[in-house]
Amino acid sequence: MNQAELKQPPLRRLDVDHRPSVVLGADEPLRLACGVSLGPFSVAYQTYGSLNADRSNAILVCHALTGDQYVTGAHPMTGREGWWPRMVGPGMPLDTDRYYIICSNVLGGCMGSTGPRDIDPASGRPYGLGFPVITIGDMVKAQAMLLDHLGIDQLFCVIGGSMGGMQTLEWASRFPERVFSAVPIATAARHSPQNIAFHEVGRQAIMADPDWHGGDYLIHGTHPARGLAVARMAAHVTYLSEGALHQKFGRHLQDRKVFTYGFDADFQVESYLRHRGSTFVDRFDANSYLYITRAMDYFDLAAEHGGQLAKAFHDTPVRFCVISFDSDWLFPTSESRAVVHALNANAANVSFVEIESDKGHDSFLLDVPEFFAILTGFLNGAAQHRGLTQA
Amino acid sequence: MNGPPLADRPDAIRVDLQLIAGLIEPGSRVLDVGCGDGALLHYLVNHKNVDGRGIELSQEGVNAGVRNGLSVIQGDADTDLADFPENAFDYVVLSQTLQATRDPRQVLEQLLRIGRRAIVSFPNFGYWRCRLQLLIRGSMPRTQLINYDWYETPNIHLCTINDFTQLCDDLGITIERRFAVNHEGMVGGLRGLDWFENMFGEQGVFMLTREESTD
Repeated sequence: MNQAELKQPPLRRLDVDHRPSVVLGADEPLRLACGVSLGPFSVAYQTYGSLNADRSNAILVCHALTGDQYVTGAHPMTGREGWWPRMVGPGMPLDTDRYYIICSNVLGGCMGSTGPRDIDPASGRPYGLGFPVITIGDMVKAQAMLLDHLGIDQLFCVIGGSMGGMQTLEWASRFPERVFSAVPIATAARHSPQNIAFHEVGRQAIMADPDWHGGDYLIHGTHPARGLAVARMAAHVTYLSEGALHQKFGRHLQDRKVFTYGFDADFQVESYLRHRGSTFVDRFDANSYLYITRAMDYFDLAAEHGGQLAKAFHDTPVRFCVISFDSDWLFPTSESRAVVHALNANAANVSFVEIESDKGHDSFLLDVPEFFAILTGFLNGAAQHRGLTQA
Repeated sequence: MNGPPLADRPDAIRVDLQLIAGLIEPGSRVLDVGCGDGALLHYLVNHKNVDGRGIELSQEGVNAGVRNGLSVIQGDADTDLADFPENAFDYVVLSQTLQATRDPRQVLEQLLRIGRRAIVSFPNFGYWRCRLQLLIRGSMPRTQLINYDWYETPNIHLCTINDFTQLCDDLGITIERRFAVNHEGMVGGLRGLDWFENMFGEQGVFMLTREESTD
């Protein structure tokens, strides 16, 4: 690893103001799947557009592993654009002239919602690994408490890709009466062994970093930036496709004409990954990475219903639009198809589209016009059935 | 798909689709298997207020349907009907698709398992033009409905109206309604006569059920 490129940032930049944020579970704590009761805890969120008079136009956007509530507009920490800028906004598929968009930082995250870097009231020190292990179900229950706080009984739509898609499926399964439509994108009803394996590689990289200090790096005044960067690099490869790597980098060398016959970043693809790793550590907490990847690993909607996925959606009234991308090998179309089979077994109202894109799993974050057109069509159809008027 | 959005099309849908639409009660639950770009579903949703779903093999067809706000999944009549529960739909429509399935008999059984009624349309290989082409030219027939060379046709299980009627009998399926149709509409003249319809119908449209007749 190139020390110069991956050195620790002198200042942790996570402590910016993440308002709005709401304290929940003060009266009645959240019962987590692991058995621990959590409360009070904070949920930080962003909203875009405005809620209509009968509170029927709310869309909950669920973010992915390393995403956050800053869907669009400038991120307060990085100054860069949010993670779904072409999806959310006036005239876009999630049209802020028509819908009220809500996105909250997941429980266990590091953008203002309670997570392992917060102070444990019991000890007065950062939780570290003392933070309870959370699940996708716990994240969704916390979101439901946020919606109670916002006075929204039923969402017009829940939408998300990857881990956001897991939350979407969990929402539809756990709270079908609170979800009019659901759009799980590039996701699965359970995390595959291959994906668990990749997550484990990332976690081991973090834990192998001496600066991790058994999770107590905040107390030691360090940050396992090298381990976290390696975790990000490994994960980032899984978000792309072989074709995309060929097209984007080929075997091109970085700022040189010949090999150095050493272990510097000779290839462009190496340089790119190192850059991805080093920028990531500036905006993400290593322990949050451990906890959130674990939540994904534990996700198995069928297992919670006697091994039958169809039972997770028993007589569901929710309108579904399941979307996959043909070059996504992390959450391949077969995973989406399994969800569709389970929905068909309930004769659910479901649309299912595999979209052509050579950009791999990351396609759901990128500019794929057919994806936007499909989503706009589905939402228009659902809005018509929900009685939402055109903006 | 470069065609205009379905919403902008005139209400005129294909003659066999009009006939099928006429058989469907308003407000019912309909599954259209092999729904293409969703023209029939779109018509049924907008004019008959049905709760409509579609299955389509081609990705372009699926995308066109979903873009137009219809509930369509990418899937295969041969394999994906088995997922659905019994009597999930009032009508299951299979329009101009049966002849392209691998196992038409099994598909037919599935249609009547998941739907209270099935509406099936297919090109009639007993149509006089087919017979004439085979008799005079000695080559595989091509009509407007089956306009492929033999080596690239998706239609691997062609049949005549008589053949189809026989299969329904063999499977104990009740034929509630039966129409022979050409490109101008229902064939006139000696309607109701089997040999006549099998000769002059370019396609057959059948409404089938497993239930006892309520008439």
